[in-house]
Amino acid sequence: MPSLKSLSQKKELLSGGHRLCPGCGASIIVRQVLSAVESPVVVCCSTGCLEVATTIYPFTAWKIPWIHSAFENAASTLSGVETAYRALKKKGKIKEEIKFIAFGGDGGTYDIGIQALSGVMERGHNLLYICYDNEAYMNTGIQRSSATPRGAATTTSPVGKAIPIGKERERKDMVEIMVAHNSPYVAQASPAYYNDLIKKVQKALSIEGPTFINIISPCPRGWRYDPSQSIQIAKLAVTTGFWPLYEVENGKYKITYRSRKRVPLIEWFKSQGRFRHLLKEENKKIVEELQRRVDEKERILLARAGEKI
Amino acid sequence: MARVVGLTGDEVAAEAIRQINPDVIAAYPITPQTEIVQRLSQFVADGLISAEMVRVESEHSAMSACVGASASGARAMTATSANGLALMWEIVYIAASLRLPIVMPVVNRALSGPINIHCDHSDSMGARDSGWIQLYSENCQEIYDNLIQAVVIAENKEVLLPVMVTLDGFVLSHAMERVEILEDEEVKNFVGEYKNPHSLLDLNNPVTYGPLDLYDYYFEHKRQQVEAMEKALRVIQGVGKQFAKISGRSYGLIEEYRLEDAELVVIALGSTAGTIKEAVDELREEGVKAGLLKIRCFRPFPGREINEALKKVEAVAILDRSASFGAEGGPVFLEVRSSLFEKTERIPIINYIYGLGGRDIKVEEIKGVYQTLQRIARTKRVEKRVDYLGVRE
Repeated sequence: MPSLKSLSQKKELLSGGHRLCPGCGASIIVRQVLSAVESPVVVCCSTGCLEVATTIYPFTAWKIPWIHSAFENAASTLSGVETAYRALKKKGKIKEEIKFIAFGGDGGTYDIGIQALSGVMERGHNLLYICYDNEAYMNTGIQRSSATPRGAATTTSPVGKAIPIGKERERKDMVEIMVAHNSPYVAQASPAYYNDLIKKVQKALSIEGPTFINIISPCPRGWRYDPSQSIQIAKLAVTTGFWPLYEVENGKYKITYRSRKRVPLIEWFKSQGRFRHLLKEENKKIVEELQRRVDEKERILLARAGEKI
Repeated sequence: MARVVGLTGDEVAAEAIRQINPDVIAAYPITPQTEIVQRLSQFVADGLISAEMVRVESEHSAMSACVGASASGARAMTATSANGLALMWEIVYIAASLRLPIVMPVVNRALSGPINIHCDHSDSMGARDSGWIQLYSENCQEIYDNLIQAVVIAENKEVLLPVMVTLDGFVLSHAMERVEILEDEEVKNFVGEYKNPHSLLDLNNPVTYGPLDLYDYYFEHKRQQVEAMEKALRVIQGVGKQFAKISGRSYGLIEEYRLEDAELVVIALGSTAGTIKEAVDELREEGVKAGLLKIRCFRPFPGREINEALKKVEAVAILDRSASFGAEGGPVFLEVRSSLFEKTERIPIINYIYGLGGRDIKVEEIKGVYQTLQRIARTKRVEKRVDYLGVRE
């Protein structure tokens, strides 16, 4: 694992001056991911905040080969790139070792892009798919996705008199879905734990086959908090147990970080405006229920990893 | 040296693709295109083709993978039909706007619903504004010839646009015909090597493909696409002539069949052109000055060539194998009539919608069309602008 100092001296592959919001988790994640890459890399993005804000023609923030085609097909587009690479390498037209990384938001990954991603996982392309999960469609203005957690308010799961809790359904467990595809390496990470994140990216890229990392991506606009707090929020997601850091290598679970002191989930809700309504007395039961769900999920995860509670 | 074989339309399409030997094939099976994917898979299994084949989970991913592969400097191909084309629709447009020379046989089939697996042109006609070049095939030989030429047309530096080569579902895809096949080496030399000057895999010159393009540049990029399409007209003709040198078969934008002195002309595309030729021959025996204008290249549209070919004509019937709901006729009719508008002497034109969902069209029905044209030529009156052939009213 390289030191923070050596990482900071690495050439930035995503230049500054792009139009992502201050405090946006996506650009922090991309910079951490790219700092982990030691060979040439080609990136594919799905349509979303990251794509529109980094490549406004005639400008691009990407100093590496980059492609975007549509919202739901980052995985399949990159599978074409990776296949072309294999074909051209076989014919001796390309000599270099190249790595392939797709970045999709939760909309492009959990929802509209899940079919293309599922196909890529089953076909076994040699690429890493990263979901920067900000838990809603942020690019179009904070609409709920299947990654939006229960109890979060979005513009399409608003809080109202009839529905006082915002989103009523649990979020989809994308990591488990990827594990079920027999991917050789699936992990979950947070930009607050950059060393853990970078290690996971390096591991994923060193493994032959389709790999997947789900990374929590705090969004000041959508989650309603001060932009200076993004990393704190990304940390709180882990210490409250909402976003456990773990990996699944060839089906074997491993918890990669365990907070010494478990912070109650209510602190997670207090930190963001999208959960403000949960702090009301009438929603107390929901908060308790959500805490129980997090505890239950942790128990399941620890059991899978063979660790003590 | 060419060899003569008996192959179905799907089989000959697969054979052409084998000889073109693209770097990447990404395809999803759909009736009546399935045979193409099956044969290509067998070629891969038997080691007869070096292409990397991606068995995608949908047509949407087929076109997406082709986009990725083509941008990476690989020659990429796929094939589809009807609903498959509809599912990949979004990426069909993106492939054209990224100026990626992907070649795709489209085995014409009626679009759902109701679901139907048989031939009409609703699928490819719906894609006429997608920015793809469209070559229609009359028979199995043309499927083969068009596919090989399509690669050269698409990759021409003045063009750089994807090409659809259409073939009528079942009528051609599952009909065995006599086909002359070129030597592998001849095809290899004719199509040459594909080199993308802006390859995504060129690490020394990193490129950004598919950026956000707003009101300050988008329009210019669309204008360039229009320009490329216009330039393609000449390139398609040039490639058609070049192809004659290795095959003995020359191709233009349109084909004129007994048109030099024709008074009554039917315009059509696809396999129906063959049926019309039969009708023309029979009518000529009877002394009727009948002729056929076959449109081979529908996109870009060869308006000038059609105008010139219809100089001394008295009446024209345009056959459309798709309906354009709410429009003033079928897509071929609208296009041809519009391009003839500038003519000083107005030619009476009638439109026939026919063969939807695979409804057969017979020589007798086409002879009936020429009879109507005789009446129109005599009376100078078109009573029914748009009519239907072979439908129960």
